[in-house]
Amino acid sequence: MSTFKIQVRESSGINILELKGYLDAHTAPELEKAFQGLLDTKKFNIIVNCRDLTYISSAGLGVFMAYIEDVRKNQGDIKLSNMSPKVYNVFDLLGFPLLYDITTDEAEAMTKFKGGK
Amino acid sequence: MKADTVHLRIHSQTEKLNLVREFIGEAAREHGFDEEAVGKIMLAVDEACTNIIKHAYGYAPDRTIDLEIQIAGDRFDIVITHSGKSFDPTAVRKPDMQEYFKKYQRGGLGIHLMRTLMDGVEYEALPDSRNLVRMYKYLPHEDRKQR
Repeated sequence: MSTFKIQVRESSGINILELKGYLDAHTAPELEKAFQGLLDTKKFNIIVNCRDLTYISSAGLGVFMAYIEDVRKNQGDIKLSNMSPKVYNVFDLLGFPLLYDITTDEAEAMTKFKGGK
Repeated sequence: MKADTVHLRIHSQTEKLNLVREFIGEAAREHGFDEEAVGKIMLAVDEACTNIIKHAYGYAPDRTIDLEIQIAGDRFDIVITHSGKSFDPTAVRKPDMQEYFKKYQRGGLGIHLMRTLMDGVEYEALPDSRNLVRMYKYLPHEDRKQR
């Protein structure tokens, strides 16, 4: 049984990745594939909803690092929303809130996209 | 009665990380760590094993990694041994995160996390060309008193 799942949906031109379960070195390639799929089809406005993300290791953080530059070069962004305190702590320990826009919920991230960041 | 030494051997495969986290989590809970500390220990050990699978074994899936929990005095130790390429996590410099983000770097954060999450990380090259990584966290006070 897989420990990690991604659902992709689109809402008003914004692409939302919903993550569920454990994002580690084993499952990180699945997230890479999902990002690559969006970039290949020139979709650069991305929200990653972490509501059901139970766990993240540095392999998962590495995936976000791999795509943020390309996405921003194309006037897009990767915004992260709905993180549990446990998952947020890992981002925070490494200073990731400096580089990434982390919002309380998906609606806030949507508003920021619509309002031009 | 809590066992003072518990052991787990895994193959060098990332799909085993789940098992490693369960094993470590259960042992840490048994020794009185709260959920926040349990999460930190699990993540640190995941990072150590991931590094071994990636860098010491270069993703060869048929090698082994041994994990042992040792309780000595007021410390909860996790001893990880492998026979891959020697790799000293304590020799890696702490990254400057401002620079890291400016250059959109990748990787190298696992070791930084291990050190941040644990009270200590040590490395030893064993005489039989095995490598040992020891990580520890001080036991919560209540558990110390019971022992």
